[in-house]
Amino acid sequence: MIATRTPTHLPQVTLARNPGIPLDMEWVRSAQANTSAIERRAATIPGRRSVKKDHQAAWLLRAVSCIDLTTLSGDDTPARVRRLCAKAAQPVRADLLDALGMGPITTGAVCVYHDMIAPAVEALEGTGIPVAAVSTGFPAGLSPFHLRLAEIEESVKAGASEIDIVISRRHVLTGNWQALYDEMAAFRAACGPAHVKAILATGELGSLRNVARASLICMMAGADFIKTSTGKESVNATLPVSLVMIRAIRAYHTRTGYKVGYKPAGGISKAKDALTYLALVKDELGDRWLRPDLFRFGASSLLNDIERQLEHHVTGHYSASYRHGMA
Amino acid sequence: MEYGPAPESDAEAQAWLDSHDRAFGLFIGGAMTTPGTGFATRNPARDVVLATLTQASADDVDAAVASARKAQPGWAKMGGPARARVLYALARLVQKQSRMFAVLESLDSGKPIRESRDIDIPLVARHFYYHAGMAQLQDSELPDCDALGVCGQIVPWNFPLLMLAWKIAPAIAMGNTVVLKPAEYTPLTALYFAEMCGQAGVPPGVVNIITGDGAVGELIVDHPGIDKIAFTGSTAVGKRIRERTAGSGKALTLELGGKSPYIVFDDADIDSAVEGLVDAIWFNGGQVCCAGSRLLVQESIAEDFHDRLRLRMGGLRLGDPLDKCIDIGAVVDPVQLRAITEKVSASGGEVFQTGPAPEGCFYPPTLITGLTPAAPLMQEEIFGPVLVSTTFRTPAEAVQLANNTRYGLAASVWSENINLALDIAPKLAAGIVWVNGTNMMDAAAGFGGVRESGFGREGGWEGLTAYTKPRTKTTALPPIAAFEAPKTAQTSGLDRTAKLYIGGKQARPDGGYSRAVWSKKGALLGHASLANRKDLRNAVEAAQGAKAWSRSAGHLRAQILYYIGENLSARAGEFAARIADLTNASAKQAEAEVDTAIDRLFHWAAWADKHDGAAKGVPQRVVALAMNEPVGVIGQFAPDDAPLLGLVSVIAPALAMGNRVVTVASQPFPLAATDFYQVLETSDVPAGVVNILTGDHRELAPHMAGHMDVDAVWSFSSAADLSQVIERASASNLKRTWVNNGRSRNWAGSDGQSRAFLTQACDVKTVWIPYGEG
Repeated sequence: MIATRTPTHLPQVTLARNPGIPLDMEWVRSAQANTSAIERRAATIPGRRSVKKDHQAAWLLRAVSCIDLTTLSGDDTPARVRRLCAKAAQPVRADLLDALGMGPITTGAVCVYHDMIAPAVEALEGTGIPVAAVSTGFPAGLSPFHLRLAEIEESVKAGASEIDIVISRRHVLTGNWQALYDEMAAFRAACGPAHVKAILATGELGSLRNVARASLICMMAGADFIKTSTGKESVNATLPVSLVMIRAIRAYHTRTGYKVGYKPAGGISKAKDALTYLALVKDELGDRWLRPDLFRFGASSLLNDIERQLEHHVTGHYSASYRHGMA
Repeated sequence: MEYGPAPESDAEAQAWLDSHDRAFGLFIGGAMTTPGTGFATRNPARDVVLATLTQASADDVDAAVASARKAQPGWAKMGGPARARVLYALARLVQKQSRMFAVLESLDSGKPIRESRDIDIPLVARHFYYHAGMAQLQDSELPDCDALGVCGQIVPWNFPLLMLAWKIAPAIAMGNTVVLKPAEYTPLTALYFAEMCGQAGVPPGVVNIITGDGAVGELIVDHPGIDKIAFTGSTAVGKRIRERTAGSGKALTLELGGKSPYIVFDDADIDSAVEGLVDAIWFNGGQVCCAGSRLLVQESIAEDFHDRLRLRMGGLRLGDPLDKCIDIGAVVDPVQLRAITEKVSASGGEVFQTGPAPEGCFYPPTLITGLTPAAPLMQEEIFGPVLVSTTFRTPAEAVQLANNTRYGLAASVWSENINLALDIAPKLAAGIVWVNGTNMMDAAAGFGGVRESGFGREGGWEGLTAYTKPRTKTTALPPIAAFEAPKTAQTSGLDRTAKLYIGGKQARPDGGYSRAVWSKKGALLGHASLANRKDLRNAVEAAQGAKAWSRSAGHLRAQILYYIGENLSARAGEFAARIADLTNASAKQAEAEVDTAIDRLFHWAAWADKHDGAAKGVPQRVVALAMNEPVGVIGQFAPDDAPLLGLVSVIAPALAMGNRVVTVASQPFPLAATDFYQVLETSDVPAGVVNILTGDHRELAPHMAGHMDVDAVWSFSSAADLSQVIERASASNLKRTWVNNGRSRNWAGSDGQSRAFLTQACDVKTVWIPYGEG
């Protein structure tokens, strides 16, 4: 027995939701992010931290339970989504879990477009796996504001319990922080009981300092999670960006006492990368952030690589992709 | 979600030790000697003996030096390109055996495998690559330089192989041969390197590696067959080496201790600055000469900064150096552990540790806050994972606190304001300044300190001066005596009073004594004041007060030097007559000396705004600026021959580079110098920039060289043994010295204005400025 199952909790089960605070521009303006120093720190993480053998298997299983298994394609169909949901409910082959001494596990959530919420909710009934929907004119966020709010409301009504919104990058790029705050606060309000993840699209924000500032503002406006990317930008989740966002989360927690979650998305496809992200979060934020109520991977192909590594751990032989059921 | 163990295998390293029956001899003349009696080297983390080493005897040292001596001419003659191939092979071998080197290093020293694997060994390879290039370029780029000969090199235990590389690579690249002694705690990688030498085609005798304790170090230092000593280690030992080598003619470079400031301004990226401390003081467990061990944080952010730092310290993992997931390994030896423990337990302030260290030779990361600059641990090097901290209010106060130390190796400055960072960097007494970073190093960038952190640079073009000498022929310089008083004095004209020139004013000598100066024909030329140590003290104080000169622009200094030349030219006839009277030179010779002196002033005026720094080609995304900074206050004993030209030749380059000088005039012929101060007075030279003393060189030398507020001493005096006196006394604060060792210099020729004057008038400060946004 190397790990116990961590059930997928929604944040409100164990933690008070971040209600947000008034916009604190003094704090926002004082936020600094020294790119070179951040890159140096990020570059040492893979060399400083290493998890092996049983511990590695336990970490990989945790990674699985933190995945928002995602399909965001124009050709998504209900059948395709049902397949994804089935994989979310049984992400790792039962014989491997048995060999690892694990009970059943699930991914953190399934993440889809609005029109796929209904088939997902139906497919996941009884699993306890939440459905997350990308929203607000994802990925560019340039549709009319009232429609973006309406989209959130529709998605919540359709059964999504997590909403991944996209911020208006132009508010960051033009320094219109008040507009960013107001927009985020409106999104949060529209979500009602559903949890809101704020996608910053960090690859389009121009600088790490902007990432730091946008992170703070979204948390001030009540984000439950901050998330790097839509997966559609040319640069998605990176370790330096993660470091900046994680440090913003830590600063927000230190000042307000509220724990905001973190979701790197896009470009994380290897088990080793997942371990590095987990180590980064563990070292910078602490173990509490290593649970699915405060940490998610936005990923699709990551799961298969993790399955192969787990099989290698169990059998001692390198595995092949086709030995694991596809999503 | 614990990390669990992530061990790096040491099987190959242990097998290598077994293959030598865990007993090693010495590497002399390309072969290992039979292991003799000696000492054990231990793995400090597991407290087990790794191998036994041979304590080199005096005969062994002789044999090593003899083998190096024998090999040196052939190695030098082989030519740069041929040597480059050997260095290139060494670089490749270090890369090919990188894990073996890394594991051996961590086993022997206790440093984390991450550091030896990711930092030490790659830098070792980089150093050999870089200097392979230097060997390749030597013939074309340094055509007037020769190898020094045989170099004795003593390296410490904190970076055993890296320091070996820093010593051996430039030395053999330039055609020297070496006798190197690794530290007794950590000899193993050096011995494995010895094996690589054979495979790389290093000719027998070019590299010799001998093991032993400090006694063997002393044998090397004292050995008459060695031309240069290079030492990295403690300041205390560095001072002893300075004293022991005094007057031997051996070249010397010292890279010693530090108490480097780590300055955090309120506009810094605080989290990055906190993380930087992990690399500053918890890198290699703080057993780093350039460790950022003295935190200076702006008062307005101090509480927040310390809170975040304590939180970060809680995440540091302490343990087995061969675990791939630890941040801090073992302390190198229980002796060192005791020293750290005693220093911390005797300290005031608030001592914070996140928890007890593991059983064994480990010490936990420690932060001591609430110390004042006067506290012992704010001044003394701890050489362990212990950070001391205090606060400042303003940038000016940060500089004051940073420079309030005997050391001057490195400094870190954290600010997002480029104006502030680039204003602070030049003001710090340090050989290396890292802006928004720490402990960045590269073979292309000079490394080394000022003050009691030593002298000389390792790395870059500037590092090569430590292993080459100008190709000039010199002859012995016999003592030059003043002309004796005649039986009957001939006097004429009105009595003129030559005084000392201190702080821009003519001053009577404190002692109230003067010496009559006679021409060869027995004419009384005047009286020269006999300066004593109090006059010297006053002159140094005046020079220290003239700091603005060192900040002035080269263009301004050039104008003033030209102006001195102009005013000297106006009085050329008078000076020529004076020289002829003083030295008995012919009128033509005397006129030529004045003419050359004017030329020389123009020469150094020309250089004043042209001794450019450099942006180094380091592999990091950094602008690494090598800035030529003035040394500070230079005490000078002017040549006894050429009373005017010699004086000008030593003063002008020092001034051109922004130094202030206390210059003791030619002892036998002092009156050209006292005339010269009148020229200075009319040439807009600010008070205190040039101070001229007359008097007895041997009496003044120990006071000048011993004065703690003098930064360098040059001597071209003909007084016997003066070089030895100066070098020995200079150990007081490890000021730089440049002495003639009783050899002549042709002041009228190009040697009188060689590039060595530029080198000696400047310290290279490397300022690392990482950049990047987005």
